[in-house]
Amino acid sequence: MVLNDAEQQLISLIQGGLPLSSRPWAEIGRKMNMDEEDVLQQVRSLQERGLIKRFGLVVRHHELGYTANAMVVWDVPDDQVQSVGEALGRHDCVTLCYQRPRRLPEWPYNLFCMIHGKDRERVLEIIDELVETEGLQDIPHEVLFSGERFKQRGAKYL
Amino acid sequence: MRYCSVASASSSAAQNISDLLPDLLLDAIDRAIINQLQKGFPICERPYQEAAQSLGISETELIQRLQAMLDDKRLSRFGPLYHAERMGGGLSLCAMAVPAEDFDEVAVQVNRFPEVAHNYARDHDLNMWFVLATETPQRIDEVLKEIQARTGYPVYNMPKKQEFFVGLHFEV
Repeated sequence: MVLNDAEQQLISLIQGGLPLSSRPWAEIGRKMNMDEEDVLQQVRSLQERGLIKRFGLVVRHHELGYTANAMVVWDVPDDQVQSVGEALGRHDCVTLCYQRPRRLPEWPYNLFCMIHGKDRERVLEIIDELVETEGLQDIPHEVLFSGERFKQRGAKYL
Repeated sequence: MRYCSVASASSSAAQNISDLLPDLLLDAIDRAIINQLQKGFPICERPYQEAAQSLGISETELIQRLQAMLDDKRLSRFGPLYHAERMGGGLSLCAMAVPAEDFDEVAVQVNRFPEVAHNYARDHDLNMWFVLATETPQRIDEVLKEIQARTGYPVYNMPKKQEFFVGLHFEV
């Protein structure tokens, strides 16, 4: 197991969010029977080990006006995935960029990126310009806009 | 350096997208809070005070504004983002092709699994896309089989092979 008991307890206490009070770690510490300083040390350790990627806020992008959410998928020759992935990942408009396995014959795409915008027309323009700038005209791609969102951040282990 | 072709001529893409956003129920301070605190949050005894200082507001105001934005659901959460795999968990993106007439029922069945997050309908033959987050990596396969058994439709499992960029940041 990667985590000791105290770390597991800490993680479950902050999973839903950090207390909105002046000394949040002291508040957590009271629940764990631990000093504020010791809690902070544990948090820093979790962060240094990369178990916590970062602290901060998570927006509901839909509620903030980013209603067009496109998953753009590309069928990139295996020997070009690295360079195309890195190129796409450098663009500010690309919020996520991952290589994933193809699932042939139904699914030929191996590179996935997300582009969010206010409306679909704008997102499509952005994609056209990405293709142009990066010279991706020969790489087949599809744009999958999201329709209804059924669930966001519902999973217990995320 | 990160850039966007669309904006290379004049301003940054974030700027452009931001210009296009409708008038949201956010004033300049809310916007500054969202833009700054998506990037990170100090780990110290009085983190709200430290963050508030760089925003030019008081600790109390920052806490109140965060509370208000969480209450009315403009923010989803304020806290840690875990690295699921390093925490010993499993994470994958999965898709299903579900005929329109069964779609709603299958969505309900799939969403009932506590391991399912971010379930979206998308325009494609593969029309249901969701993230699975499980306590252990082995559990991914088990849950996939359970979903297939429950719904009667195959689930395509597409775990990440390589990450080129992850920086979900929404400029407002």
